Amino acid sequence: MSKTITVGISDLNIALAPDILATYALGSCVGICLYDCRSKIAGMAHIMLPWSADSRNSCDNSRRFADTGIAELANMMQSRGADFRCVTAKIAGGAQMFATTSAVFNIGERNVDAVKKVLNKFKIPIVAEETGKNFGRTVFFDAATGEMQIKSATKQTVLV
Amino acid sequence: MAMNNLDDLNPIQMDVLRELGNIGAGNAATSLAGMLASTIDIGVPVVKTLDYNEVVDFLGGPENVVVGLLVRLKGDISGMMMYILQAAFANKITSTFYGKCLDDITELDEMDQSALCEIGNIMAASYVNAIASLTGLTIDITVPSFCVDMVGAIMSVPAIEFANVGDKVIFIDDHFKIIDGEVKSNMILIPEMDSLALLFSKLGVEV
Repeated sequence: MSKTITVGISDLNIALAPDILATYALGSCVGICLYDCRSKIAGMAHIMLPWSADSRNSCDNSRRFADTGIAELANMMQSRGADFRCVTAKIAGGAQMFATTSAVFNIGERNVDAVKKVLNKFKIPIVAEETGKNFGRTVFFDAATGEMQIKSATKQTVLV
Repeated sequence: MAMNNLDDLNPIQMDVLRELGNIGAGNAATSLAGMLASTIDIGVPVVKTLDYNEVVDFLGGPENVVVGLLVRLKGDISGMMMYILQAAFANKITSTFYGKCLDDITELDEMDQSALCEIGNIMAASYVNAIASLTGLTIDITVPSFCVDMVGAIMSVPAIEFANVGDKVIFIDDHFKIIDGEVKSNMILIPEMDSLALLFSKLGVEV
């Protein structure tokens, strides 16, 4: 019997087969799913912001950011025996929920961009991506298969 | 003591926010009644500070699909207002306003969207007018941006934009009685802390 492990906002966790990682209602946040298909160790992070260096608050939660969050997730997986020569990534989220004329920023796009740069730095290839556009996504990540399932309010469920 | 985030509000400051909430809800009910040409009763709104996770749970959990209307505040006060309409309230609006029952709020046409945007506009203006008339501050609001989606995804927008302000928001729970049914809507107010300090000082509240 597999159990579902929920990853909240600005949080991360790992799971072993046959368990499933889940994160609900990603908006502009990005969900990063890492998978070592040999040891069947899966990891998921739900980041809110791109770079920890941009934070004005020094005691901020490091899991909030793409750079520090992914680094911590990678460490956590490695300490459980994941081999990063065969880890791949699937990412989802980074939507722009509100069409706005305000030039404040498209934070979703910036989050996705930061995630890609960080994964590239760690030499983790991105094998699937469901990002951008204008709708929220719930993501399930199956540690047994490495499959990522994306559900949304209006679109059909996608399996990658 | 300086206010760094909404956790630092004292009971007197909370009372002031509650009173602004009351006046805003009163104004809003009057405007809504005019628009819908019907009698509207209001309950005393509940005003509290909640963190984002509590807001999302209160609004039916992250995957609950709602209408979100985002209004930005500019001028003397900067910040954001997010007005959340549950499906039942959206349905109440369209059915009372022009006799249309909404089966599915993810399938709104242009008319429905513009009616709901107008409600958001009225609600935001009601609160902002309450604050402006009591403080003498000049506050501009933007036209509402519209989104129907999972409430968790909608609330991620202010959570991200105001991440440096903290994890808390001012949450106003309004109860309206329109004709025979009671509906609820929620106004979420995220001011920049400087703006909130200015607001309190204009009202003679110590910060």
